[in-house]
Amino acid sequence: MSKVIEDRMLDARGLMCPMPVVKASRELMLMQPGQVLKVIASDRAARTDFPAWVEDVGHELIHSGQESDGTLVFYVRKRQEAE
Amino acid sequence: MLDQTQIANRAGLTEDEVRQIVRHELERSQKRDPAARKLAIIASKGTLDWAYPPLNLACAAAASGMEASIFFTFYGLNIIRKDFEKKLKITPVGNPGMPMPMPMPDIISGLPGMTSLATLMMRSRLRKHNVSTIRELLDLSRELGVKLIACDFTFEVFGYREEDFIEGVEFGGAAAFLSQARRAHVTLFI
Repeated sequence: MSKVIEDRMLDARGLMCPMPVVKASRELMLMQPGQVLKVIASDRAARTDFPAWVEDVGHELIHSGQESDGTLVFYVRKRQEAE
Repeated sequence: MLDQTQIANRAGLTEDEVRQIVRHELERSQKRDPAARKLAIIASKGTLDWAYPPLNLACAAAASGMEASIFFTFYGLNIIRKDFEKKLKITPVGNPGMPMPMPMPDIISGLPGMTSLATLMMRSRLRKHNVSTIRELLDLSRELGVKLIACDFTFEVFGYREEDFIEGVEFGGAAAFLSQARRAHVTLFI
């Protein structure tokens, strides 16, 4: 994968379900369509919550992964416009 | 009524193409279905542990762009009372699923003071894991536009007053809940 540069970063480490998704959704509201939000999280629910939430809302999960210390990383591209 | 083959013949399309169009249109209409964006929950339990699922789910739904409403009935009304921090407790009595440091028969956990002890233990466990408090979730719910509806029937039977409840609570009966629920694909009784 080519390197993704995020426009904003959300550190959701230490937050528990459903807060990482709630905070990410708030962050995206402040962003322009097409911009990329990077989220780092430690809550294990985030592994399934982020892909499900992104699909429901219509954003795009361009990359997700896990770092060696277990931290989860998600890159979410904001959807173009409200349906 | 024409069947798909007849439609295909008339339109000069293959049957597969017609099926594809139909599938596409169905998917589109399902996406537009407003009920897919609605969540209606009944919260009927008034303990600290059971206060979490309705508020967690409603906040997650609101963050996904859904309209969420919670109908608080019977002991669930404890969650939205001003004194909810005092009301919401947890007891190990009759709850063999509760994780305890040691196995404890009901006859011991039923002793005076055990409910307060268990509540303190649960609160500290939640805090240790950085779980939001009920106060935080209530604030967040209202900020995200989650509808909090107090059951009028229970309100009267239990002799509550409107000023017993936190700001932003609406009041309604069974029909008020049903009018939300009939327009929501996701309805839960908690």
